Amino acid sequence: MNAELQPSTMAPHRPSRSPGAEAEASALPPARELESAVEATDFSFWYGSNQALDSISLTVPARKVTALIGPSGCGKSTFLRSINRMNDLIPGIRHEGDITLHGDSVYRNDRDVVQLRKSVGMVFQKSNPFPKSIYQNVAYGPKVNRLVRGRAEMDELVERSLRRAALWDEVKDRLDSSALGLSGGQQQRLCIARALAVSPEVILMDEPASALDPVATQKIEELIYELKHEYTILIVTHNMQQAARVSDYTAFFYMGRLIEMGRTQQLFTNPHEEQTEAYITGRFG
Amino acid sequence: MANPADGGLMARLLPSRSKGNVQDQFYRLALLLFGVSIPLLFLFIVLRIGTEAWPAMEAFGWGFITGTEWNPVLREFGALPFIFGTVVSSVLALMIALPLSVGLAIFLTELAPRWLAAPIAFATELLAAIPSVVYGLWGIFVLVPWLRFTIQEPLSRHFGDVIPIFEGPAYGFSMMAGAVILSIMIIPFISAVTREVLTAVPRDQREAALALGATRWEMTWQVALPYALPGIIGGAILGLGRALGETMAITMVIGNRPDIAASLFAPGYTMASVLANEFAEATGALYLSALMEIALILFGITIVVNIFAQLLVWRVAKRGGR
Repeated sequence: MNAELQPSTMAPHRPSRSPGAEAEASALPPARELESAVEATDFSFWYGSNQALDSISLTVPARKVTALIGPSGCGKSTFLRSINRMNDLIPGIRHEGDITLHGDSVYRNDRDVVQLRKSVGMVFQKSNPFPKSIYQNVAYGPKVNRLVRGRAEMDELVERSLRRAALWDEVKDRLDSSALGLSGGQQQRLCIARALAVSPEVILMDEPASALDPVATQKIEELIYELKHEYTILIVTHNMQQAARVSDYTAFFYMGRLIEMGRTQQLFTNPHEEQTEAYITGRFG
Repeated sequence: MANPADGGLMARLLPSRSKGNVQDQFYRLALLLFGVSIPLLFLFIVLRIGTEAWPAMEAFGWGFITGTEWNPVLREFGALPFIFGTVVSSVLALMIALPLSVGLAIFLTELAPRWLAAPIAFATELLAAIPSVVYGLWGIFVLVPWLRFTIQEPLSRHFGDVIPIFEGPAYGFSMMAGAVILSIMIIPFISAVTREVLTAVPRDQREAALALGATRWEMTWQVALPYALPGIIGGAILGLGRALGETMAITMVIGNRPDIAASLFAPGYTMASVLANEFAEATGALYLSALMEIALILFGITIVVNIFAQLLVWRVAKRGGR
């Protein structure tokens, strides 16, 4: 039997408009050899007495897409939210170890959390636009961070952000109407535009397409593929095909531990760990 | 409401002749009675007050509402001083209570640790449980003297000649005392509603703001409060409604003089107060009828305020796209 025709259950197929993707993927060096954007060192995390993360050491390469996969409750979302310290809002949390952003500790005492969250954008599982106009949604971040002066500059930034989120053409004639009138997929792309407007370096996406239909999901995935040239993207997903489609690197979490991280193609076709293989082939999780 | 598919409203409301069991028919009939009783009661009250007030309406026409003289002995009945007293004291009370209540609610929901928030919230709610007459007594013995000597006298001395709302002698018993006591009484209502709606602001809205680099302060003011605004307006109007109708406490501190004065230090009189004070002693049919008309106006104002509030809540909610 021809090996090439053999149906591989988890073959990563990238968005169709990038025929060179396969070649590109196989040419990727291991994550550690690339410039790193986010680096976790022995990072552990507790909600009260409940340990959610256990000594995670992980390098997230800059301007690549890194997927975090694993069964529910494995700690992947907790890890994601530890990077921009969104977990700070929850009482009774505690951590050990460290996470750095371009070598600078996220958890050092004099860290300006507001500044940190400006450089680490976030897109949530459920699209959460403000009940304001489309324009106001995108303008919110630049406004609180005082990034622009004057209406003209803001107009330009809003347009640029919406264009980069591939939403401009659909909304340019109704920027002043409520964001809640958009479809679910459009709302999620609006949230991405809103995150892009403050020019983050890293974008965290917590299951950004899990509530969307296939067409909207595909649009988000194509968008991620476009954005990785400028941004470092971390995406948590339950959907392994999605991880395979959009990411360059994949990290598999299980019960609060990082089991394995590697190039996406390698991890899905030839995982080193047995647990990883069991999970991606659907034997558990 | 009525779904034509099941044979119209009446067919659904009235007991059917079909073989349905007796219990079910009884159940329907009982619920129908309960449902209809409140609108009927409402109608009955309006009708009754309306008929009682009719002689005064006939005798004075619109002059009753615009008249400023209230002298039952001379058969002069002008209700404007009472309308003025009620509206001004309630609006002032709302202006004092709203910022305090919203501030308190923000503190309790956004800032205070739980061990502190719970007792403070409980204490605030206890304010609502204090009987009106107790507020009145406290007003007479504590608030009025304090206002008179600590607030009114110095203000009147230094600014009385320049600013009309501070002019005239400081009696203590005044529009200001009435407004302050009303404001304390409505704080628990407004702050409870505000706390409720702030707690109901979805976590993802707060997180969206914080993730964009907003501070806690910005998150609260720019995201949480606007989201909760329709509810806060509702709470404010609930408070205003209570202030308009409050009788005992304000009667004890407002001074009960039917004058329209610019000064906050001058005594006033409210519609509810005049009803409470004079109804039992009203001699003559016209006097009684005039008081009934005041009751009708008070009733009308509270209804208008509530309708206006509902419209405002809809408008604000619609502007946000919800």
